[in-house]
Amino acid sequence: MRPLTYSRARDVDDALALVAAGPDSAFLAGGTTEVDLLRAGVSRSGHLVDINDLPLTAVEDRPDGGLHIGALARMNDVARAPGVVHRFPAISRALLQGASEQLRNMASLGGNLCQRTRCPYLRDGVSACNKREPGTGCAALDGPNRGHAVLGTSDHCIATHPSDVAVALVAFDAVVHTVGAAGARAIAADDFFLLPGETPEIEHPIGRDELIVGIDVPGTPIARNSVYLKFRDRQSYEFALVSVAAAIEVDAGIVTDVRLALGGVGTKPWRAWRAEAALVGGPATEAAFRRAAAVELADAVGREQNAFKIELAQRAAVRGLNQSLKGIRS
Amino acid sequence: MTSVGTPVTRVDGPAKVTGAALYSAEITPPGTVHLAIVGSTVAAGRVTAIDAAAARAAEGVLAVLTHDDVPAVASPPHLLPSLLGAAAPGESFFPMQDTVVHYAGQPVVLVVAHTYEQAHHAASLVRVDYEAAPAITTIDQGRERAYDAERLFAGLMPGREERGDVEAGLARADLRVDMSYRMAANHHNALEAPSTVAVWNGGELTLYESTMGVRATQQTVAQLLGLPVSHVRVITHFVGGGFGSKAMVWPHTTLTAMAARIVGRPVKLMLTRPQMFTSTGHREEQEQSIALGATRDGRLTAIRHDKLSITSLFDDWAEPATGVSSQLYACDAYLGVHRLIKGNTMTPTFTRGPGETLGMFTLETAMDELARRVDLDPLELRLRNVATTDPRGNPWSSGGLEECLRLGAERFGWSGRNPAPRAQPDGDWLIGTGMAVAAYPMAFFMPPQRARARIFADGSATVATSTQEFGTGVLTMATQVGADALGVALSDIEFQAGDTDLPNSTAAVGSAGAGMVASAVHEAGTALRRQLVDLAIGDPGSPLHGVDPASVTVTAGRLTSSDRAGATDTYGELLGRNHLSDAEATGTWRPPPLDTPHGLLTFGAQFAEVAVDPQLGLVRVRRLGGAFAPGRVLNPLLARSQLMGGMLWGMSQALLEGNHTDPRTGRWAETNLAEYLVPVNADAPEVTVDFVEVHDDVVGPLGAKGVGEIGQVGVAAAIANAIFHATGRRVRSLPITPETVMEPTPAAAPT
Ligand SMILES: Cc1cc2nc3c(=O)[nH]c(=O)nc-3n(C[C@H](O)[C@H](O)[C@H](O)COP(=O)(O)OP(=O)(O)OC[C@H]3O[C@@H](n4cnc5c(N)ncnc54)[C@H](O)[C@@H]3O)c2cc1C
Repeated sequence: MRPLTYSRARDVDDALALVAAGPDSAFLAGGTTEVDLLRAGVSRSGHLVDINDLPLTAVEDRPDGGLHIGALARMNDVARAPGVVHRFPAISRALLQGASEQLRNMASLGGNLCQRTRCPYLRDGVSACNKREPGTGCAALDGPNRGHAVLGTSDHCIATHPSDVAVALVAFDAVVHTVGAAGARAIAADDFFLLPGETPEIEHPIGRDELIVGIDVPGTPIARNSVYLKFRDRQSYEFALVSVAAAIEVDAGIVTDVRLALGGVGTKPWRAWRAEAALVGGPATEAAFRRAAAVELADAVGREQNAFKIELAQRAAVRGLNQSLKGIRS
Repeated sequence: MTSVGTPVTRVDGPAKVTGAALYSAEITPPGTVHLAIVGSTVAAGRVTAIDAAAARAAEGVLAVLTHDDVPAVASPPHLLPSLLGAAAPGESFFPMQDTVVHYAGQPVVLVVAHTYEQAHHAASLVRVDYEAAPAITTIDQGRERAYDAERLFAGLMPGREERGDVEAGLARADLRVDMSYRMAANHHNALEAPSTVAVWNGGELTLYESTMGVRATQQTVAQLLGLPVSHVRVITHFVGGGFGSKAMVWPHTTLTAMAARIVGRPVKLMLTRPQMFTSTGHREEQEQSIALGATRDGRLTAIRHDKLSITSLFDDWAEPATGVSSQLYACDAYLGVHRLIKGNTMTPTFTRGPGETLGMFTLETAMDELARRVDLDPLELRLRNVATTDPRGNPWSSGGLEECLRLGAERFGWSGRNPAPRAQPDGDWLIGTGMAVAAYPMAFFMPPQRARARIFADGSATVATSTQEFGTGVLTMATQVGADALGVALSDIEFQAGDTDLPNSTAAVGSAGAGMVASAVHEAGTALRRQLVDLAIGDPGSPLHGVDPASVTVTAGRLTSSDRAGATDTYGELLGRNHLSDAEATGTWRPPPLDTPHGLLTFGAQFAEVAVDPQLGLVRVRRLGGAFAPGRVLNPLLARSQLMGGMLWGMSQALLEGNHTDPRTGRWAETNLAEYLVPVNADAPEVTVDFVEVHDDVVGPLGAKGVGEIGQVGVAAAIANAIFHATGRRVRSLPITPETVMEPTPAAAPT
């Protein structure tokens, strides 16, 4: 592991100043991503600014039925907060199906949003990877790419975004709040994750020295019926092959509102906008779900080992919608 | 009271759970410095330049060594399985002798620094330039070059096994089943990373090594370094799992000793998790196919079994896949052929259940298919074909297959099974059950095994042999055997192991460890007991003076005679009266000869219930049941754990474990535990383990056949058969992943 220096920020201003001071400084929250990447030689941070003393751990219910989640709230604390469990079961389920109990006790929500892809070519330190060394190419395009994305890919990168909770957050229009030298910003979760395009090394619209302070989720009654389903090879402690956050509202058999987002298949947590549009106003039937899922995946690009995910994602989306529907009926 | 056969808890349990048990990497002699190995990033070619300036300048660095600095080995290594008891290099190759690169990860630079972190940081600063050559690392790339292997396993086994006329047997069959499979490579992934601490004292070397064979390590390192064997001592107290990865001796061990000699300090190496994929061998990528011929009533007329796999450039290594398929069933015509492709990988190696576990997967899924074709219950088909002798006509040293099949079926609730596939829906799931035979050969290639027993005048005793504890419970089992043989209480005896200064025992591999150690310890304890009984009988001061030695029994250190009621002596008093501070004896166990007129297989039967989600391709194993006949069960608690672990491993082999190289670079695609999947607790189903008692006096004085691998064999086949039963589809590759199980057409989805 490369030599590092370390300091501990007292408050938000201190944290911002400390990170701004060093060209290779980075925030350190739970460290479950950052320390891994330092060991792998992928993170080039030379100075870590520990932000764990900052008062950003709250998980609060908002009067509009929404939530405020501090950037340093731990995955397990958020997952088990009663307001999250009751108002946004998909967020709770997404968190609990991520990582392991030990990791969830360390890992923060802010860090979770900033975690990096699990693409082995990013991590191996030698293969062509436009995220690690822009301009070197993407070894995954024609290599072992079973875990890679089929949605939102480009010729420069097909790395999957790994977060579970981010899938639920984009489904429910969460907003990421940051502060930086230029002041405070509010960024829609869906915009917080960038498509790789020609610049896969740029993953978020925030600067290195901009701090996430919290996440707001607006009140959304439909979310009470939300589900989060995660499908993978083994039953715990693995990233998703495909996951789905879904919530549906039906009146007299007609879909009045729906939220659908997919994980494990996109280069970003994938809000299924097109499927949602196709569903609203139509019948809440499996056939309609199936058609909507097909619309969403119509432009998906499969490669040698991951093409199966295009069909798998559709079947998972149908499952998610069906389960949410069952939830309302029961 | 005898201790053998009772469920004694692990004697090393407290040390392990309190952290007092020291693994090799936890041993730090004064002045120890740390080694990091830089492995080649290309799989074939040549090192053209090494720029080590930045590494040499990095903080804490003591040495950066290249092929120019590493000494020539005293004699080139020759692959030999460690069970033979001699030097046992894992491959006939030693790196850093020149600039040529044969496989990805091959060591090219060594960095020694004061701390582990400094060594690894400096290693990351070394710049190595290569002239890369095209590499072959997959079967698809090398298919054209495949050749028939004459001999396997360093010449120990024939590459081809034949009896009768297979073509005629297939021709006269009423039915024929053909199956073929692709099987991904496996890596062992023991929890403990291979580690070495090398300490020189003048011309003498001590190694603290994570190995399954201290003697194999001692002899291999001595040979490579040109040292007398007597100048190399290997100490291994605890090993955090081996599963075959530590059965052979790999270059990193000797490189550590070389580095320690160069820097003049004790040097510690602990491989990183990614390096564990390129340093200690693997189960090779393979393809197997089988053709079964049978009569309409399900009797086999011919078996043809083929295996194609990738080996290294230096060795003809294949896991032997036909050792069981050639003898399990009564069938006059058999042909087993191993074909090899030389490629740019290290020499593959033993991986739990070597060879036979995949060989049995092929045979037992084909038998399942045959059962369907002849409309017989799969269990009945097996019973109809069970061989009562080995193919030479020799009786089994002990059998038990039929009993295992019947007991396993009864415990699992097999009877009354509806044979039709897709007959048991359960919501989104389809339920299926499957079974397979488990069988594993016993190999007696080892030299005589020795142990020493010692008793002190205070009544405390030790038994000792050089073997090492690698998680199987050998310390506990040998303590029990020693206590019974010597006739002392379990609390009065200690088993010492893990040191080449102790009497010889061979590497604990091939399910032979427990049997070998138990036999040697039994002989030593028995020899010492006889010696002491004789002493008492000859001692005028002993109440047992002059009795018939055959009349004497010893329990808890107390001697009594059936000829002289009421007379007792104790070991302690006996030694005291005779002015002896202690007494000791050595015992030797000689394995049965290689041409012993007995068939040597251990038998079992496996049953599995799975739930399959055919839309999403998910497979969940709901139940596993195994019945085994491993001879004498020395400690049912330990045996059960070993077998259950094996069964879970078999599940993992069926559904999760597989590694592939990137054919463009020859590097392994999965080099950490996030990508190379092993099961977690959530995957573990209910597992039941039952024993069938069989008596065996061929395999050793205690009649123990070993439980190290048999638990795994057949599980993957039982699961695959259950998946077929659930879905009506057969998957042709291992592991069986969601994309291979998913129903292919969207039309299948209800609309
Ligand atoms: C073995 C393993 C399995 C995992 N499995 C899953 C899984 O199944 N599903 C899943 O969703 N996740 C999984 N994870 C990822 C895990 O959830 C993330 O590592 C974790 O959430 C990161 O949070 P952290 O607090 O540890 O971040 P850190 O490691 O401390 O930081 C991560 C990055 O975010 C930056 N950062 C941290 N906080 C802030 C902030 N407030 N503002 C700006 N930048 C910040 C850091 O500078 C760093 O670059 C897994 C991780 C591991 C190691």
